[in-house]
Amino acid sequence: MSTPLDTLFVRTRSENRAALIGYLPAGFPTQQGCIDALTAMVEGGVDAIEIGYPYSDPVMDGPVIQAAADTSLRNGTGAAEVMATLAAIAKIAPTVVMTYWNPIEKYGVDKFLADIKGNGGSGVITPDLTIEESDPWIAASTSHDTNRIYVVAPSTLEERLRKVTAATSGFVYAASLMGVTGTRTTVSSSARGLVSRLREVTDLPIAVGLGVSTPEQASEVAQYADGVIVGSAFIRLLQEAHNPQDGIAKVRALAQDLAKGLQRS
Amino acid sequence: MSFAVDSHIIGHFGPYGGRFVPEALIGALDELALAHEVALKDPIFQAELAELHRTYTGRPSIITEVKRFAEHAGGARILLKREDLNHTGSHKINNVLGQALLTKRMGKKRIIAETGAGQHGVAAATAAALMGLECVVYMGEEDTKRQSLNVARMKLLGAEVIPVTQGSKTLKDAINEAMRDWVTNVDTTHYMLGTVAGPHPFPTMVRDFHRVIGVEAREQCLELMGRLPDAILACIGGGSNAIGIFHPFLDDVNVRLIGLEAGGSGIESGLHAATISGGSPGVLHGTRSYVLQDANGQTVESHSISAGLDYPGVGPEHAYLNDIGRAEYRAITDAQAMEAFALLCKTEGIIPAIESAHALAGAMQIGKELGSEAVLLVNLSGRGDKDVQTAADYFGIPL
Ligand SMILES: Cc1ncc(COP(=O)(O)O)c(C=O)c1O
Repeated sequence: MSTPLDTLFVRTRSENRAALIGYLPAGFPTQQGCIDALTAMVEGGVDAIEIGYPYSDPVMDGPVIQAAADTSLRNGTGAAEVMATLAAIAKIAPTVVMTYWNPIEKYGVDKFLADIKGNGGSGVITPDLTIEESDPWIAASTSHDTNRIYVVAPSTLEERLRKVTAATSGFVYAASLMGVTGTRTTVSSSARGLVSRLREVTDLPIAVGLGVSTPEQASEVAQYADGVIVGSAFIRLLQEAHNPQDGIAKVRALAQDLAKGLQRS
Repeated sequence: MSFAVDSHIIGHFGPYGGRFVPEALIGALDELALAHEVALKDPIFQAELAELHRTYTGRPSIITEVKRFAEHAGGARILLKREDLNHTGSHKINNVLGQALLTKRMGKKRIIAETGAGQHGVAAATAAALMGLECVVYMGEEDTKRQSLNVARMKLLGAEVIPVTQGSKTLKDAINEAMRDWVTNVDTTHYMLGTVAGPHPFPTMVRDFHRVIGVEAREQCLELMGRLPDAILACIGGGSNAIGIFHPFLDDVNVRLIGLEAGGSGIESGLHAATISGGSPGVLHGTRSYVLQDANGQTVESHSISAGLDYPGVGPEHAYLNDIGRAEYRAITDAQAMEAFALLCKTEGIIPAIESAHALAGAMQIGKELGSEAVLLVNLSGRGDKDVQTAADYFGIPL
């Protein structure tokens, strides 16, 4: 069985372009505001959505996402709100949830995946779940037929890239640099190197994230990767917006601009 | 049967421990695990560390019997292992000297550390000064205000102190920020974690650097009394001083091992840092152990009068020793700890760290339970100079 996410990459590959993936934490800026902003992203041309499950100790995230997660947690976001956001968005685009491990473990691995699937989700991105700790996760995601998306880094050695990608489905999340999430003025040159090393060990789609924020950067990454992930740039627009409508309009406009540069020449 | 778990191969203690970290850190953790494993068996490394302990730390630390204090503890014999007499005033120096030597072996020139009260930060800055390493200490903004004297100490020692303004602005957020720095600068930087928590190999490595406490104490007890103590007591923040004194006694099954957690205002109040007594299994800061968390798996803030115990996690080996019943964990409230603190000051002329006072309060309970025939060994993990302000406030002594 393939998930909506699998189907998306088959399509974008046949169209010779990269898929655009947009990220927001659930409950940010508000529960409904998040759903509205994600909807605007899809309307603007984002192909797939990554919904963050805000967590109290997000060690992979820079200041922008931390602040958004804080806002969301103060809004009372928990598993129910994440699932409700997923249910709303999965109707209009392939959607995955990105979460640190502890909320999954607390919720119950099997129940979490049943609810991801039940709400139309394609899978889950797990930035702090190592392959060594993954046995129960692999078993449950296999039986629920959800995508298992691991994050690899420029420092990941070849043998380990093989091991991690062998357990991955949907796409491989290639962290563009050694560092945390956030906007950067340039996309690190290590992204291209990591993607080409990944190509040697896997045929899975590869999406690049961390520090991609402008249309120029997106189009540069689209030349060599199957997916471009943009998060902090959208969040910043919402944080800086004068009012909710203004924020939504800017998110839609950025999505449109980013979507223009995905075609490979 | 042996209770000593060799966590080297997989980094697990039963279901606890392991690694829950971004992939970017795996290389550095592997490098560190290997360096530690090699150093453990390398007589040159061990000799170098032992020499530093002899000439710099002031090891072996002595044993002091506290007879007047013991009158308030059911008349049991009470021996203190005097880690408070180490250079920098606590057990923390054992770990930082070991890790600083490893840092040099790995060819790294920069260390980062987290600190709550500032004790580990001061120890890390000390080791960095001694070995010529650049040192950056992350400290919650709240804590930099509460512990401004330790901030000044770290600066005098040449360290840069970065106040952390994220989240709850305390120790847990300082660890998050140190991990973010590490992810970014892992090529040049060693993360000198201050307790037996975090991803493998930290729980094993930090334990191994603190085992010297228990190894010495075991010999000292045999020499002094011709027998082992009936119980060993130590306070539990992340659990490093406790595992250091417990570990060499794990196979001495007649020796009770008792960890004293920070009960704050009482477990029922919800305002505490008693992670094993009042928390549940989960993952925090890269390891699976007990965690203070809510129904969604979000970390809950801890509370304790003792900044060094004010942490919502605990080392995974303690979680394991608890579950298999080899060690026991009890909560000591702020009030009980401060009573024991005052008592040791007045009966023995020793001002303990408030952290260590939790272990002393435990000894007052256990002594009464076991009676006058019992011998209790208490790890006096640190001295109380740093706590004079807090204690003066608590007891209403005008400054
Ligand atoms: C004197 C003293 N004892 C105990 C602790 C708690 O740490 P651990 O449980 O790792 O020994 C601290 C931490 O700052 C400390 O300063």
